[in-house]
Amino acid sequence: MSFKKLSEITAISEDRKIPFWQVILEDDMKERGATREESMKTMGSMLDTITEADAKYDASIRSASGMAGGDGGKIEAFRMKGNSLIDGFILEVIEKAVKMGESNACMKRIVAMPTAGSCGVIPAVLLTYIKHKNVERERIIEALYVAGGIGEVIATSASISGAEGGCQAEIGSAGAMAAGALAYLEGGGNEEIVHAAALTLKNMLGLTCDPVAGLVEVPCIKRNAAGAVNAVVYSQMAMAGVRSAIEPDEVIESMNRIGRLLPSCLKETGQEGLAITKSAEKITERLSMSWQ
Amino acid sequence: MNLFDIIGPVMVGPSSSHTAGAVKIGYVARRLLGENVVSADIGLYGSFLATGKGHGTDAALVAGILGMKMDDDNIPNSLKIAKEKGIKVRFGKADIKDAHPNSVEIKLVGEHGRQLSIVGESVGGSLINIAKIDGLDANFSGDFPTLIVHNQDQPGHVAEVTGMLAEKSVNIATMQLYRANRGGNAVMVIECDQEVPEKYLEWLKNLDGVNKVTYYSLIEEGENEF
Repeated sequence: MSFKKLSEITAISEDRKIPFWQVILEDDMKERGATREESMKTMGSMLDTITEADAKYDASIRSASGMAGGDGGKIEAFRMKGNSLIDGFILEVIEKAVKMGESNACMKRIVAMPTAGSCGVIPAVLLTYIKHKNVERERIIEALYVAGGIGEVIATSASISGAEGGCQAEIGSAGAMAAGALAYLEGGGNEEIVHAAALTLKNMLGLTCDPVAGLVEVPCIKRNAAGAVNAVVYSQMAMAGVRSAIEPDEVIESMNRIGRLLPSCLKETGQEGLAITKSAEKITERLSMSWQ
Repeated sequence: MNLFDIIGPVMVGPSSSHTAGAVKIGYVARRLLGENVVSADIGLYGSFLATGKGHGTDAALVAGILGMKMDDDNIPNSLKIAKEKGIKVRFGKADIKDAHPNSVEIKLVGEHGRQLSIVGESVGGSLINIAKIDGLDANFSGDFPTLIVHNQDQPGHVAEVTGMLAEKSVNIATMQLYRANRGGNAVMVIECDQEVPEKYLEWLKNLDGVNKVTYYSLIEEGENEF
């Protein structure tokens, strides 16, 4: 993987007059020695897997801890009633994000994009988009390359791991990736793609990783909804012509510095934040297990 | 890291390190054993021990030992499947010190009596490191065909092995050398870009000064080699 900055991708795109997604596709072909067809087939299989995972959501099951499950079903029922405050698109994004997060917690097959804990963000945005818009499969696959390119840059020059950078590195990164993908789908060019990503990430900086009992459940599942909704909000702003005052690559650098500065007690160690509240302690105690 | 480490992998949740990585460690152990498992003694360490139950790490490790990969729908049912197959599985606390926080020690016995012990580490994402095999340093990722040669610490063994690989046009991706003490037991861990043909592994095993040859292949058992 050769990109450390978004500006490296956009420079190639402008220089060679090829779209953002194609720069990422060609880089993948070079990196893995794959043909164009092989690469796009693999990306297509990721789209198939998230589609299937969403369709197979089961509101009746619970995670091993008993903490996770069923909320996606509640949101769906609420949406079907039709008297929600927000419109169908956004509410469905929320629903799909929570569903995927719950499926992950319940040991169902998902696609880590970029991580398992943030696996609901990009699918929520893309699958809802497919449902509400008349869009070709090819274009969704291209949008996944856009998301992948943004994720690669973040992973290379900052982090996509909660243990290294806090939740900003997981849900924040997923949100930035989804925002770029959505800007592309809405007809945005490089400028809109990188600013949608930057605006989203900028507004999730500093998020801690303090999950209860060390599990990818609380607050991770519901935070997928926040990441996905942020992606919609800021990609729309970018499409309206709003730009990040801070250069997109500098936002990623900031995320990296903030991640390093976050104390380790807030980076997936269960020593602070939500993880040590009374409620969390009760849950942790109940889960304390014996390995026989 | 490549694009499909970012958009991917496809895996059964909930955790890339505590579930997907655990499946992979179990899988590599099973492949290294080279035969069906009849008993598995699994010692957990650090975060695996503390949070493993909620992450399904137990089911994940056993799924791997049964030969499942990280995207197998049956991972949550692995403990039941193992029981049905009459495989003895025991969980406990690992007797290891100062290891990576997500570590596991797996001791396997196979249907023909073969034994293997490994220490595996889940190092982030779904990436793993097999730190030890049968008590000796190994350190490989399971992402490449890997040749592990235990030999006497004498001049020439590295040249013999690398010479053989060169002759067979097998490119070396990474290579590590360790020794217990000068002239004592030494180990070479070589991750390759291509598979090493079976008959050259046999040739290696018969070399003077070579004590043991272990090979981890990416080719599924039962698949044709080339």
